[in-house]
Amino acid sequence: MDGLNNFIFSFFNLKVMAQYLPLVAQGLALTVVLALLIVVCGLALGLLLAVLRSFGIRPLNWLIIFTVDVFRALPPLVIIVLLFFGLPAAGMSVSGFAATWLSLTLVLMAFAEEIFWAGITAVPKGQWEAARSTGLTFLQTLRMVVLPQALRITIPPLTNRTIAITKGTALGSVVGVAEILGAAQSAMSFSANPSPLTLGAIAYLVLFVPVVALGRWIETRFAWKR
Amino acid sequence: MTSTAPIIDARGVWKRFGGLAVLKGVDLSVAERELVFVIGPSGSGKSTFLRCLNRLEEPDDGSIQVDGIELLSPKTDINAARRRIGMVFQSFNLYPHMTARQNVMLALRKVLGQNKDQAATVAARALDRVGLAERMDHYPAQLSGGQQQRVAIARAIALEPRVMLFDEPTSALDPELVGGVLNVMRELRQDGMTMVVVSHEMAFAKAAADRVVFMADGQKLEEGPPAQIFEAPQHERTRAFIRQIDRH
Ligand SMILES: Nc1ncnc2c1ncn2[C@@H]1O[C@H](COP(=O)(O)OP(=O)(O)OP(=O)(O)O)[C@@H](O)[C@H]1O
Ligand SMILES: [Mg+2]
Repeated sequence: MDGLNNFIFSFFNLKVMAQYLPLVAQGLALTVVLALLIVVCGLALGLLLAVLRSFGIRPLNWLIIFTVDVFRALPPLVIIVLLFFGLPAAGMSVSGFAATWLSLTLVLMAFAEEIFWAGITAVPKGQWEAARSTGLTFLQTLRMVVLPQALRITIPPLTNRTIAITKGTALGSVVGVAEILGAAQSAMSFSANPSPLTLGAIAYLVLFVPVVALGRWIETRFAWKR
Repeated sequence: MTSTAPIIDARGVWKRFGGLAVLKGVDLSVAERELVFVIGPSGSGKSTFLRCLNRLEEPDDGSIQVDGIELLSPKTDINAARRRIGMVFQSFNLYPHMTARQNVMLALRKVLGQNKDQAATVAARALDRVGLAERMDHYPAQLSGGQQQRVAIARAIALEPRVMLFDEPTSALDPELVGGVLNVMRELRQDGMTMVVVSHEMAFAKAAADRVVFMADGQKLEEGPPAQIFEAPQHERTRAFIRQIDRH
């Protein structure tokens, strides 16, 4: 019985939880802002790179592929730490928030580019030819014929990848960002009790369960009309 | 037929893929309202040549004039030229995310600059012409192959092209669906459309073609009226080819 009480006292200490709820809630709000910035910027940049790549300019494509491979290979935490602790040595400094945002944006950009690119190349060549044969330009064809089909194919992998990378916002706690995990950890050291971590886990569920559900809804919503 | 300038005038068209010469100086001139049939063994360059006629394939050498436009000149606005050259593909290539009507409307709006109402009216008329007025709001996946190919024809003719290019328009169709597509092509011909057709539909060629061109190994080996090519070909290669497809 003592063990159970100990467990409840440590992880479900309602008094501690109530006290630090506002702090963790602030962390939740910050996580939402950070996640939105990452998703919007990462997906937009990924799409931009994939579109640029479709122009088929060799040197540009090598550059894109190299960049994308680098950011797919590096662990996000390494990029965050490099930016946060490395840049000051070069005379520039970025906040922990900016370092986290920038690195996860670049990582999402890289993965999104690959997924968008795979989607674009999966659209049959005949679609391009039919559209171009009616006098549509390259960009009109890309925008109105190819991308709508490509995006439909990419939605499931893109949703999964986006959710996975967005969860990486927790890495911000390493560089002092008071997002959910960061806030919960400070609360834990103030209170000398781990219950705020439970609160943090609940906050992640509150944030991401709807996102995962939304992802599933989007997947069914955009399935092919047949 | 030779008194007026040809509407298609291709001369000495060469095309290489890597080291492989696929077209070796092909000439073809087509008069207005003429229906030219192109036949030949697989790999002889029929599709490649047809695709050169709207520059989906960039020839390495030669000249191509369509409706007075120098197609291969760098000064030519190829997108403007292409709306005068309709093309129909073996695999239909309808846009799967658009209804039949939207398929037809896209170029009307974006290339001809028609507004939505205009384009919808013109598209409806084009689809009516191919007998699909009732299927306008269906998606390609909800249409049979023959219906899809007729939508593809409507998509091309809605732009009022001066010539139509067909690359094996019926080869991907079940036999019972071929007739509907050929009927539409026959009507187009009666309305005076200039057509270049790559196809193995010999009965249609005999009935509707003004001229049959036989291609082999990237060259035009022989051409003439259908009766001559089918019944009294000059070249052994042509004879062998005709014998072979006649068996089917
Ligand atoms: N994009 C390409 N790259 C490389 N080779 C090509 C390409 N397109 C066509 N070829 C080659 O060019 C040759 C002619 O092809 P083409 O498609 O024009 O023949 P075809 O007469 O239309 O044959 P089929 O009756 O089978 O359709 C073939 O050997 C083909 O493999
Ligand atoms: Mg072919």
